[in-house]
Amino acid sequence: MTDYNFAYLDEQTKRMIRRAILKGLAIPGYQVPFASREMPMPYGWGTGGVQVSAAVLTPEDTFKVIDQGADDTTNAVSIRTFFERTAGVETTTTTCDASVIQTRHRIPEEPLSEGQILVYQVPIPEPLRFLEPRESETRKMHSLEEYGLMHVKLYEDISRHGHIATSYAYPVKVEGRYVMDPSPIPKFDNPKLGDMAAIQLFGAGREQRIYALPPYTQVVSLDFEDHPFEASKADHPCGMCGAIDSYLDELIIDDTGGRMFVCSDTDFCEARQLAGHKGKDAA
Amino acid sequence: MQAQALSGGFADPATQSAHAFRSIMEAMARPGTLHGVSGALPPAPLSRAAGAVLLTLCDTETPAYLAGGANCDAVHAWLAFHTGVPLVGPSHCRFAVGSWSALTPLSAYPIGTSEYPDRSATLIVECPELTDSGEILTGPGIRNNAALSLPEVAAFQSNHALFPLGLDFIFTCGDRLAALPRSTKVCAPMGATEVTPCM
Ligand SMILES: [Zn+2]
Repeated sequence: MTDYNFAYLDEQTKRMIRRAILKGLAIPGYQVPFASREMPMPYGWGTGGVQVSAAVLTPEDTFKVIDQGADDTTNAVSIRTFFERTAGVETTTTTCDASVIQTRHRIPEEPLSEGQILVYQVPIPEPLRFLEPRESETRKMHSLEEYGLMHVKLYEDISRHGHIATSYAYPVKVEGRYVMDPSPIPKFDNPKLGDMAAIQLFGAGREQRIYALPPYTQVVSLDFEDHPFEASKADHPCGMCGAIDSYLDELIIDDTGGRMFVCSDTDFCEARQLAGHKGKDAA
Repeated sequence: MQAQALSGGFADPATQSAHAFRSIMEAMARPGTLHGVSGALPPAPLSRAAGAVLLTLCDTETPAYLAGGANCDAVHAWLAFHTGVPLVGPSHCRFAVGSWSALTPLSAYPIGTSEYPDRSATLIVECPELTDSGEILTGPGIRNNAALSLPEVAAFQSNHALFPLGLDFIFTCGDRLAALPRSTKVCAPMGATEVTPCM
């Protein structure tokens, strides 16, 4: 541990990130620019989330990392190991035992509590980017609350597909002011963003943005009166634990095309199985 | 003087600033909640909490304004040694510290721009007392409502009306702090008649 600064980053960088986090919390949903640092891992591995975690962790924290709901992917394991080594923190896979959870593409099924912090890895923080490539223009659009084009794009989905086809990174409006990209979580997770007891922090490394949702913040998924937002998921129970209310991954289980649906949140699924719940595909 | 300037910083900067930041972050994320901070022993008149906030957030990149009694040789020397923070007037500061009467009027500070509302000052307000009672707070970070002993009401209501522009506040007293971001709506407590009612 003595080969590193605590949590890898130097103190000046942590101060800069901490100041950005505080402004992010003061202006929910607004993207605060920050000077992202090189991290000893590729950008696709969530360097934004890693820098935010490094700025908030204390040695007493218990840290969990999930990648698409799973604790055991290469990405999750390497980030967990990184902070075990550089910050000396305890790690866990159990959602309720973690004080800081770094996540890529999911919100845990189990509701989070007041002592917890959820750190999102964000690839593209700007929800208006696909409409307007120029940062100077999207900044202006946010400052003027010019979100009409965003609604037009969602409505085009409806005329083309009969419903809003956007199923990941579904845009939200925060406290009636800023339109925000919730990171590529499935829209099934969108309703958990609002009124959450935990602090939510979003870090985009390559794009150098930090944004935040304080606890109990109003977060509304964009929709239309005639096409209200729906938090959809595969219409099956989990094959392993039988849960009917969790987000599911579809797995191919044999070479004849056999399929099974299983909770994407592995900790949630395993806890249910331990408690005796059994799905139709469980051994 | 020299000896005083060299002492009173964090003995273990990495972990003590990590702990202090978590207190500050929890305070900013949950307006009206009180949090302990320790590890800093700044010269008078700075409180230990204000000292810890300055050590945790300020450096050569964050010009600061010392208001009233905080603007003294002992504080200058201590901040110069431990943070290197450049001292400026209120209109160019990122942080300001002092008593409420020394810090006001709030019109002196940068409130950010419409495209960069984060480019605004954070005021560290030294308070003779700090309790979770008094003015009623609602908004992001607050489940139903919270209460905090604020030095006044109208200035915070005007600041909130500027949202998403505006100032953010950290209130310090002894070794405790609380915070009030611009997003918080402030109302006078029930029964108070001389102050502006809830808008
Ligand atoms: Zn399951």
